[in-house]
Amino acid sequence: MLSAHDIKQLELKADLIRQDIIKMLVAAGSGHSAGPLGMADVFTALYFNVLKHNPQNPDWSERDRLVLSNGHICPVLYATLAHAHYFPIHELKTLRMLGTRLQGHPHREALPGLETTSGPLGSGLSQASGMAYVGRMDGKSWHVYCLMSDAEQDAGNIWEAAMFAGKNKLANLTAIMDRNNIQIDGYTEDIMPLEPIKDKYEAFNWHVIEIDGHNFEEIIAACNLAKAIENKPVLIIAHTIPGKGVDFMEYKFEWHGIPPDSADVKGAPPKGEQAKKALDELRTLQGKIRSEHE
Amino acid sequence: MINQKVYLNPKLFDDDVEQVPSRMGFGEGLVLAGEENPNVVGLCADLTGSTKMDAFAKKFPERYVQIGVAEQNLATVASGMAAAGKIPFISSYAMFSPGRNWEQIRTTICYNNQPVKIIGSHAGISVGPDGATHQALEDMAIMRVIPNMVVIAPCDTIEARKATQAVARTKEPSYIRLSREKVPVVTTQQTPFEIGKAQVFYEGKDVTIIACGQMVFRALQAAKELEESKISVRVINCSTIKPLDKTTILKAAEETGAIVTVEEHQVYCGLGSAVAELVSQHYPVPVKIIGIEDHFGESGEPDELLEKFGLTKEVIIKAVTAVLRMKNK
Repeated sequence: MLSAHDIKQLELKADLIRQDIIKMLVAAGSGHSAGPLGMADVFTALYFNVLKHNPQNPDWSERDRLVLSNGHICPVLYATLAHAHYFPIHELKTLRMLGTRLQGHPHREALPGLETTSGPLGSGLSQASGMAYVGRMDGKSWHVYCLMSDAEQDAGNIWEAAMFAGKNKLANLTAIMDRNNIQIDGYTEDIMPLEPIKDKYEAFNWHVIEIDGHNFEEIIAACNLAKAIENKPVLIIAHTIPGKGVDFMEYKFEWHGIPPDSADVKGAPPKGEQAKKALDELRTLQGKIRSEHE
Repeated sequence: MINQKVYLNPKLFDDDVEQVPSRMGFGEGLVLAGEENPNVVGLCADLTGSTKMDAFAKKFPERYVQIGVAEQNLATVASGMAAAGKIPFISSYAMFSPGRNWEQIRTTICYNNQPVKIIGSHAGISVGPDGATHQALEDMAIMRVIPNMVVIAPCDTIEARKATQAVARTKEPSYIRLSREKVPVVTTQQTPFEIGKAQVFYEGKDVTIIACGQMVFRALQAAKELEESKISVRVINCSTIKPLDKTTILKAAEETGAIVTVEEHQVYCGLGSAVAELVSQHYPVPVKIIGIEDHFGESGEPDELLEKFGLTKEVIIKAVTAVLRMKNK
């Protein structure tokens, strides 16, 4: 059970990670805002509670594997890895710059802690399934997590993987879908309707859990349950708010693929003031937290 | 004359020369690789019998994975298995893998640098009656342009077996292209094979024919016939298209001064292009490229198609004559 203190610590960590996401995107001048902010709580829960891992020995053979399928939300992965001490936090400001280890989309060989190279959508679930297949084949206790977006469910490769994992009853595989309902061109249900997504995965022989992706108790309980489910891979549908924490970004698909300070989006502060306002007014579920820090 | 140091099939020029599809050699090689290394696994997209992965599947059922008709999944599951310590071989028809799953191969295998071994069977026009949809004529092009990828087109079943065993021992992503149809057995167990090393199969000084796959046999036939007309032809089996054996090819350019390349592939971006890219920059000599001239294939018997699309001994001889004229101008 998580204590109130544990949850508070995770919330504070997620807040620091969100601050770094905003700062690194502003420094880079390009990149994706909505997804990384929306997934900050899930990544915090995974790296600071759920995963069996060792930042001092990233290649530890018994580690759990986390495959990021939708590589474009890598700012949240990078910020979380830095806070987990995989590499120095000050390196975050090199995102997307020439010579950086923090490539615009993650490259496995560039940075410790990455399990794969990703960016083109729809390929991560297959890779995670391949890892899980080997984990079971070799009698390993490590678990495989695949983080994927809702929009990439448009890709056929995902359903090839869903069939494969279901057929092979990969119980050591947990997929977490960022169900934030947006993609570059608009809302997922307008672009290519996904619902009923839970029924679809269940029909493919998966166990499906739905959670609030900003509730640490729910995230962690779902991950624990997922490991306990036998004979089936598990999909956790994490309902999240894109742009979570920044008032003027929340729920708006326009912020999918752009950084703060870059665009005239309806309801947002003028360009040049967006980053400052985002940082000043950053909040968690409990409301604005900036003042609490200071 | 035949290079005695490469121990070619002594019955090479006999009418009853043994003929075997090169995919057979892959099947045998995979079993041997599996015996040698317990990390070798085989994945197939519903073509286990026709790509000859069946012997491996029978011998090592726990190391064989049926993927179904899903080539994108074939490549990406293999990438994940490689990340977890395996040496995955993935087999299908070349038209589907690497034809359909190119981006997955580029991103999750090559850029991600995982040791996945891609086996593309049924490559080339000699696939025959199945027609153009199943005749991969662009596979070497799309594989050789990707960084980290090794590309091999074995000349016969024995070389296919050796290539399969050899790629199982390396960390590089690799592509091996194979034939559906029976092709003459050119080499023997004693013939040297090394990834990245082209072998001089026929010694000569006037002109060089560089070939890969089953075209090596036709190049040798052409060389023998030209020898009777006092033209001394060197034949190089360039089974590794990438990395190209620069030393052997540039030596041939320097010593013979004219080159003809032959491949069962589009004339663009395959063996001929690779050779032309090399010699034009380092030792320019006249080059003629024989291959499919920017066409799709069609249904027909393999020999009819090879003739229709200009992949015959006679076309090679004509090209040799033409390139010699350019050299001597």
